[in-house]
Amino acid sequence: MIQLAWLIPAFPLLGFLITGFGKKFLPKTTGGYIASLMVLASFLISMCLFATFDGKPVTIQLFNWIDSGSLTIPFSFLIDQLSLVMLLIVTGVGFLIHIYSIGYMHDDEAFVRFFSYLNLFIFFMLLLVMGSNYIVLFTGWEGVGLCSYLLIGFWFKNNDYNLAANKAFIMNRIGDLGFLLGIILIYITFGTTSFDAIFPLAGAFASNQPVIIAITLLLFIGAMGKSAQIPLYTWLPDAMAGPTPVSALIHAATMVTAGIYMVIRSNVLYSIAPFTLSIITVVGAATAIFSAAIAITQTDIKKVLAYSTVSPLGFMFVALGVGAYSTALFHVTTHAFFKALLFLAAGSVIHGMSGEQDIRKMGGLKGKLPVTYLVFMIGTLAIIGFPPFAAFFSKDEILAKVWIQNKVAFVTLAITAVLTAIYMLRLFFLTFFGTFRGTHDQEHHLHESPKTMTLPLIVLAILSAVGGFLGIPEVFGGHHLLNNFLEPMLTFPSAFLHEEASHTFEIVLMVVSVVLLLVIIVGTKNRYSGKHVPVAHDSERTSFARWSYHKFYIDELYDFIIVRPLKYLSEVFYKIVDIKIIDGLVNSVNKAVVGSSRTIRFVQSGNVGFYIFAMVFGIIAILFLNLIM
Amino acid sequence: MLSVLIFLPLLAAIVVAFSGANAKKVALIASVIEFAYSVCFYVRFTPTGGTQFLHSQSWIPQLGISFKVGMDGISLLLVMLTTFLVPLIITASFRREYKSPGLFYGLIMMMQFALIGVFVSLDAFLFYIFWELALIPIYLICLMWGGQDRLKITLKFFIYTLAGSLLMLVALIYLWMQTPGTHTFDLQAFYSLHLSSGQQSWLFWMLFLAFAIKMPIFPFHTWQPDTYTDAPAPGTMLLSGIMLKMGVYGLLRWLLPVVPQGVEEWGMTAMILSVIGIVYASLIAWSQKDFKRLIAYSSIAHVGLISAGVFSLTMQGMQGSVIQMLVHGINVVGLFFICDMIEQRTGTRQMEQLGGLRTTAPVFSTYFMIIMLASVALPLTNGFVGEFLLINGVFQYNQLLAAFAGLTIILGAGICLTPIVKLLLALRVQRHTISPRLSFPKKPFSFRSSS
Repeated sequence: MIQLAWLIPAFPLLGFLITGFGKKFLPKTTGGYIASLMVLASFLISMCLFATFDGKPVTIQLFNWIDSGSLTIPFSFLIDQLSLVMLLIVTGVGFLIHIYSIGYMHDDEAFVRFFSYLNLFIFFMLLLVMGSNYIVLFTGWEGVGLCSYLLIGFWFKNNDYNLAANKAFIMNRIGDLGFLLGIILIYITFGTTSFDAIFPLAGAFASNQPVIIAITLLLFIGAMGKSAQIPLYTWLPDAMAGPTPVSALIHAATMVTAGIYMVIRSNVLYSIAPFTLSIITVVGAATAIFSAAIAITQTDIKKVLAYSTVSPLGFMFVALGVGAYSTALFHVTTHAFFKALLFLAAGSVIHGMSGEQDIRKMGGLKGKLPVTYLVFMIGTLAIIGFPPFAAFFSKDEILAKVWIQNKVAFVTLAITAVLTAIYMLRLFFLTFFGTFRGTHDQEHHLHESPKTMTLPLIVLAILSAVGGFLGIPEVFGGHHLLNNFLEPMLTFPSAFLHEEASHTFEIVLMVVSVVLLLVIIVGTKNRYSGKHVPVAHDSERTSFARWSYHKFYIDELYDFIIVRPLKYLSEVFYKIVDIKIIDGLVNSVNKAVVGSSRTIRFVQSGNVGFYIFAMVFGIIAILFLNLIM
Repeated sequence: MLSVLIFLPLLAAIVVAFSGANAKKVALIASVIEFAYSVCFYVRFTPTGGTQFLHSQSWIPQLGISFKVGMDGISLLLVMLTTFLVPLIITASFRREYKSPGLFYGLIMMMQFALIGVFVSLDAFLFYIFWELALIPIYLICLMWGGQDRLKITLKFFIYTLAGSLLMLVALIYLWMQTPGTHTFDLQAFYSLHLSSGQQSWLFWMLFLAFAIKMPIFPFHTWQPDTYTDAPAPGTMLLSGIMLKMGVYGLLRWLLPVVPQGVEEWGMTAMILSVIGIVYASLIAWSQKDFKRLIAYSSIAHVGLISAGVFSLTMQGMQGSVIQMLVHGINVVGLFFICDMIEQRTGTRQMEQLGGLRTTAPVFSTYFMIIMLASVALPLTNGFVGEFLLINGVFQYNQLLAAFAGLTIILGAGICLTPIVKLLLALRVQRHTISPRLSFPKKPFSFRSSS
């Protein structure tokens, strides 16, 4: 059975080929259903693998890809606990989003092309999580970047979208350079890039050896790009230019968690590099609170969700930073459910609002879009961590683990959690409560989305509601299913405290957070479900709100310190260094030759007297030289 | 017979030259036959067998010159690249009407003759003859069918590369004088010379300059953008697709094994120049407005990485450079073909004047995108394996240099995405439009003005 695992990525690839080449001939919905069926097939196979998995990792070798001297890179897959969990998330959520897209993209002229890209994305994502060595992982890594690029710029007639796509691709490539150099350093250090060969060797290294720190930092640079961490996060909010299902699938549920996956995959290396882990903690915590501070004043429904994706990614990295790998994966899982749900629900709102994304123009939608309202509520409760919804378990688990290792990070994350609750509830109440603030036309067209869209929403809502039970903490007498499942492949950094948070602390934490959440819910409801609407002009904002609304001017800063100097350098190199200096030198050699020949030509004047004079002068000069030397 | 493979294009050149209006068809048939014949060599080649198909015949015995040819893996690969690309280049020019086609296509075949000769010669004198012979047809092609500034530009190109070649000639004659007995130009004899490190040091520079100018490596590259931009499309393809590989091939066959100590002494300098070239040319390419010139500069960057791989002197770097020569040949010819198609149908290569091609020519755009992604070296495209091996090789040599060389990953993406947005996607300027079908109009396309 397990040998058939190669079929999992093969189906979406087949789907890509069919829809890609058949986009002219296939009837619209057929293309969508073919693509969805392919992902369903992958999902079913993954389920079978999961059901029959016996705890032993299996490598499936397809062929030798690169063979150069001592460097041999097989194209092979690894099926173990981690890849199985990721497979289920990717194909499961992916399938639901495919179904949703059939409804959402129904009126788009490039419908089939959209599905071909989605299938290609699933294919690369599966390569990423199944690859048994860093090169196959990197292939998937770059491939999902390409699909993300293609899908962000899907509506290519809008040039802003194209630029957003470019930005995403190039920022990712900055991370990829780090990742690639990391892989090369791994190869040089260990002589191989296969996971099952590297990790046993890593035991021979002492803690915090420079080469291991270098490797882990380089890999982490890759993760920063893909998983949108400071300073490489600015592409993700812009990436929301793509169609909403893309935002849900790629820029929330799956691709952006690739960085987390990669670190968990390399946990053996990270555990012997506590220095890198502490850097990850700092970056993750900073990203979490910074993006939450931006989200709190945004008025575009997708932008709020975009920053609310960057922020939990920061949470996950902090979890990684304190060595709580399985907790990070737990949050990846629950986050995939509720964030896909929120994005798709937002898509349903946008669909109903005839393309409007500004929450200032919404309001009072709960009666008009009852299903969307309900699922959005579940999604919101799940993300803010209200019991018993998904993030209640996963977020509290992260907080409890961080408390033991790092108090500063704990405080940062706790503040972030409060901010998250505030901005998510603000979004929720502004959208669904109060009175409708849009145009008359929009109100007239307002409608609930079709079945193909609401069904996936309902499924995701159920998953968001119960997803947390994968990891019921011991304090409730539960068994942490996910932890136990992942246990065999994880290591714990020995430099860290090896203790669990006391049960009393966990209970206090939960009680405090629930009380706080209730207060915030009441507060935001009073503030945002009435007449209060976020202001439209800078002049009416407080100075913090102004900075926050303009994303702390980070884009402008990057433009000023990186893009413009490079542009300038490019011009200087071309117009001055290349044309004037280097080519000028070449030309002056030429001119010197021509010039001197022109001058020396006059010596050959035909005047015999001058020749004799020159000859005598020459002889004397030679004699003179001989004398003095 | 390897000699047949070498001389068949020469024969074809003569026939083509006298076939008048049918020249391109005759040339195409001849080059396809040549390709088919080269496939036979590929089939009969034993991968582990070293130099094969050896043929040696005394030519000028007094000077120790012989007609000695043979192929090992690298030669075979480059010969295959040549025989594969020439029919494509001829096909790519099929819709163009060049004046005096007999001469034009005859020169292309002549070029093929010289290129194959370069890649199979095992005698220094023979190598030199072919090396210079390759310059003449391409010079004439650029001179007679080039753009507006062709006189000045081609003269510079000719003199610049000839100057490099002369240095090489001096070096080869010096090496010949060092051979024992009655002197010989045989490559094997050169390999077994025992030269002092002082001799190797200046021989290195004589040879390196010749190859560096040909490739070209920074800062010997200034002839290249002008010549590439000004040459007719088939000329540019020949120059970039095949001819610059002569330089890399020269490094691998005539520089590294002949003066190993010289390489040891000066390799770092060559490496640094190559890496500077990558970053420098990429940055310049970024701000180019002429699409053809943009490709020309990005080609300098790619070649910089290839030569950095060669000078890393590692297994991975060398193998990467050989793979990348092949891949770069295919990709760059594809890019110049795309550029020529756009120019033919819209009358301009200025990216500011173009846009929205994806709407009117979706199939063309898809291929454009694929070739672009290959030149960015995305995994699963042809460019990835070579680039990975190259950066790997450089990394083993020096980690800091590898980080700089690796910038090509970022800069390359920037270079390729800019024209994609400007040519394919952006609709903001629509001064010229492209006809929706991929076939070429017979007559030059008439422009439609937006204002």
